[in-house]
Amino acid sequence: MQNTLPIKMEIQELSVFYKSFRALNKVTMPVYEHKVTAIIGPSGCGKSTLLRSLNRMTDLVPGALIEGKVLLDGEDIYDPKKDVVDVRRRVGMVFQHPNPFPMSIYDNVAFGPRLYGLKKRAFLDELVEKSLRSAALWDEVKDKLHQSGMALSGGQQQRLCIARAIAIEPEVILMDEPASALDPVATLRIEELIFQLKERFSIVIVTHNMQQAARVSDYTTFLLMNEERAGELIEFNVTTTLFTRPKDKRTEDYITGRFG
Amino acid sequence: MANLKAIKRRPRWYNKIGYWLQHGDRIWKALLFLSSLLIVSLVVWIAWRLWYQSTLSRHQFGWAFISPWVPSSWNPALDKFQAWPSIYGSLITSVIALILAIPFSLGIAIFLAELAPAYARPPLNYMIEMLAAVPSVVYGLWGIYVFLPLIVVPIGEVIAKTAGQIPGLTTFFGGPMPVSGLSRFGAALILTIMITPTITAVSRDVLLAIPQSQREASLALGATQWETIWNVLIPYGLSGILGAVILGFGRAIGETMAVTMVIGNTTGGGYSILKPGYTMASIIANEFAEAVSDLHASALIEIGVVLFVTTLLLNAIARWLVWNVNHRTMGR
Repeated sequence: MQNTLPIKMEIQELSVFYKSFRALNKVTMPVYEHKVTAIIGPSGCGKSTLLRSLNRMTDLVPGALIEGKVLLDGEDIYDPKKDVVDVRRRVGMVFQHPNPFPMSIYDNVAFGPRLYGLKKRAFLDELVEKSLRSAALWDEVKDKLHQSGMALSGGQQQRLCIARAIAIEPEVILMDEPASALDPVATLRIEELIFQLKERFSIVIVTHNMQQAARVSDYTTFLLMNEERAGELIEFNVTTTLFTRPKDKRTEDYITGRFG
Repeated sequence: MANLKAIKRRPRWYNKIGYWLQHGDRIWKALLFLSSLLIVSLVVWIAWRLWYQSTLSRHQFGWAFISPWVPSSWNPALDKFQAWPSIYGSLITSVIALILAIPFSLGIAIFLAELAPAYARPPLNYMIEMLAAVPSVVYGLWGIYVFLPLIVVPIGEVIAKTAGQIPGLTTFFGGPMPVSGLSRFGAALILTIMITPTITAVSRDVLLAIPQSQREASLALGATQWETIWNVLIPYGLSGILGAVILGFGRAIGETMAVTMVIGNTTGGGYSILKPGYTMASIIANEFAEAVSDLHASALIEIGVVLFVTTLLLNAIARWLVWNVNHRTMGR
């Protein structure tokens, strides 16, 4: 079954260094199109590093160094000839803490499209509505589009950030523990949203919460630190298989709560 | 557990007093309340003294004292006083200084906070803070001997030959530029240099205080670094940057020593920035010691009132602006 699925991104022998410290050691895994891939593992195992290397947010860390390849539709995003702006346009991101811009809800969503030169009011109106609807936020904010996005509740802010990310129609969306700062109800809404979004996007989600990974994802990657504290891929599989019949003893120990 | 026993063994009256004072919290509260009261009463006291001591001048000249439409004359020998030229001098020098300093300071602040390589930041920051700490009399001296002849005079001559020749603009840019360079323009440029470090340092701190998550959000949408700075960081820090600008304006309008040294200290001079003039602060500093007649002293104190009210008004406008920006962007 796995071989017939279209692959959106392919991570090949990826290692990430922060100066001389190896944070991630030779990770190889696919990201399937229109599927949700979860990355789980204990704190400090390199989950976020792996996720951030998929749209070159690692470039922001001084002294970060990449080895290996990350292919997006077969092209290496770390190719020196590749434009990082284009990579990030195609691979969007939602962060752990909601980070709306200090501007109106409308301007938050229109931020990305405006960067790419879309200025026509009617078109933007339509795009903003569509994005907010996709993020299941439209009904709550349609009457206050021109109020500050920072005045919304935490859960609403996070859905606003999702609307902002999907307004530029990326192909992949990376989510870094998108619900960890939210209450259970808001978390549930985000999870339902992820389920809907995978029809249009390929999603990679980092989560601390194994139940969440089991609920929302189709595939799961389990990372663990080796003796030098570098993150290594222990197991990658279909989520149901990984959680019910883990191949590796360490995966079993982790998902049954024996450590981490 | 040992500690708990010690508390229990304290005498009853001790615990009672401790309870009544909320273990010192009440004392502290009272002390802090008193100190804030002190600030308020100080402001009221200054305002009242200024108002009271300017009575003579206020009764003598009325509103004409500050009116731009009355023929101005400032003649201590004839006991004739009119403040408009010095009010104009204060406003025009501060406004020019702000217009020149804002882009300059913001540029340095952005460079220091966002772009400068790590090794260049400490020395640059140190120099900016040094510049802010140079005493104003030193700026004045440097202005007279170096800055005016070398930089202000040549620029002033160019302005007189270009903008000064255009019919509508002659009023404001008409020459000739004084050979010494003593002029409103010279004062404005000195002020620019003096307020640049202040605005730079504060806006740099504002930019540095912006959460990294804002930069990440913008970059992750495919924005370039410049788009991130311009579209996200500046709006995020706008109220703080406005605060920095107001701080600079306050410094410019209140600056006394350096301005007195380079502005030429005359009360005539029309409206041209290339002419010597006075500012409110500099006329007070320059003439107060020699004010023989009561009316002269009273008139100078009334200028003090005008300066006081101007700064209060500016602060109020600034508050409103900051509130407005915060309300629009942050929703509070």
